[in-house]
Amino acid sequence: MGEAIVVTSGKGGVGKTTTSANLGTALALLGRKVCMVDTDIGLRNLDVVMGLENRIIYDLIDVAEGRCRLNQALVKDKRFDELYMLPAAQTKDKQDITPEQVRKIVEELKPDYDYVIIDCPAGIEQGFDNAVAGADQAIVVTTPENAAVRDADRVIGILEQRGFKSPKLLINRIRPNMLKSGDMLEIDDICQVLAIDLIGIVPDDEIVIKAANQGEPTVMNPSSRAAIAYRNVARRILGETVPLMQLEEKSGMFGRVKKFFGMG
Amino acid sequence: MSVKSAITIKGTKEGLVFLLDDQCDFVSLLDELHRKLDKHEQQLSGPIVHVFVKLGSRRLNEEDKERIRSAIRRQGNFLVQSIESDAAPEETEAAKNVIKTVTGIVRSGQTIRHEGDLLLLGDVNPGGTVLCTGDIYIMGALRGTAHAGCEGNEKAIIAASLMTPTQLRIAEVISRPPEEWASAEPSMEYAYLRDGVMEIDKLTHLHQWRRELMPFKGV
Repeated sequence: MGEAIVVTSGKGGVGKTTTSANLGTALALLGRKVCMVDTDIGLRNLDVVMGLENRIIYDLIDVAEGRCRLNQALVKDKRFDELYMLPAAQTKDKQDITPEQVRKIVEELKPDYDYVIIDCPAGIEQGFDNAVAGADQAIVVTTPENAAVRDADRVIGILEQRGFKSPKLLINRIRPNMLKSGDMLEIDDICQVLAIDLIGIVPDDEIVIKAANQGEPTVMNPSSRAAIAYRNVARRILGETVPLMQLEEKSGMFGRVKKFFGMG
Repeated sequence: MSVKSAITIKGTKEGLVFLLDDQCDFVSLLDELHRKLDKHEQQLSGPIVHVFVKLGSRRLNEEDKERIRSAIRRQGNFLVQSIESDAAPEETEAAKNVIKTVTGIVRSGQTIRHEGDLLLLGDVNPGGTVLCTGDIYIMGALRGTAHAGCEGNEKAIIAASLMTPTQLRIAEVISRPPEEWASAEPSMEYAYLRDGVMEIDKLTHLHQWRRELMPFKGV
């Protein structure tokens, strides 16, 4: 029986879809069988980021309304055999599906996959209810900005009310040079306010935008720091203990070796 | 439609027992009592009847008890012997002084409301609200909004381990840090009203200001 993980944030534009796509791909890269579900009905993006837009035949609403079987709607990834995506409908609305219907679909997926990654729309309305309905675990994405942290806090409160025991925090789009100059919220401060477990920090990386435009998840490019960060998050999901990424620019081979042995 | 009568009258050796329903509101109970007694006016000229009133779990003040007495007394020969209630005796001042303790984080969009004093073991995040008719004590960071004495108690205070609120309110007074004051102190602080103006002070000075808080005098 697989685990369903919802990727949510409250605020829009913090990188939910990017995170979903990269975690899904990273888990597949680590040999797990993964299905990503896009619940952002009306504003679907996950297929674009994954570069699978032209392979969509049926969508989430079609499955919910019984126009097709679940397996017919799943889009197989072009890079991995064990990575699938269930796209959202683009022409419908969030009200056109109920949380109960989404829960049923996720329950149907879970036995066949190791991980079901659910991409949640922004906001805390029905779209949010749909996305969290079938999830066992939640990853809350935020960026080091006050507005995003405020919304993340609100979402964590709602998740806790819904019975999520310990949502995990992912801080996205960190700019190390701004952290150093003190112009950005400190990671420690964010963790102190939100008071949940940190599952990863992802530095801001221009390659992420380029990759998304090319429909190629960033994790496929090992020279990107964001890719390494997402891979680390995926390994933590699998239960490995991976230390947090050092955000300073690379300090040369010798420095890295020293860090590796704990002398840095 | 038959409405269950709010008043049951039973005869005993000692006299009459009036069992008054304790769920309906007091005004309708009194109406019912008047109606019941008016029906039995023929008994006006009988021998003296002792009446025992049982209120159930209803609690009445002396004024309301007197209204029941006078209603029954109108019958002339009825003599109210007792008005009894099996409700627990009213909480004493000391019992009211008990602080309610709550643990957890008050997150953005969440509100804790409490009648009396509240001790919160945890943080109040920006966007979260704590509302209290009495004092608010927070063992944690106050980053959101706290409103003490929200029903007008100007003596109420707000104390927190880390005082960095979005807004503080005591009774009707609203204060917005850091425009009005900024806390540079790493120690525990409390907010209070001095002549209608919000002030912040170290918690260690609290006993000098509010002496009724049972100060510890040492041994």
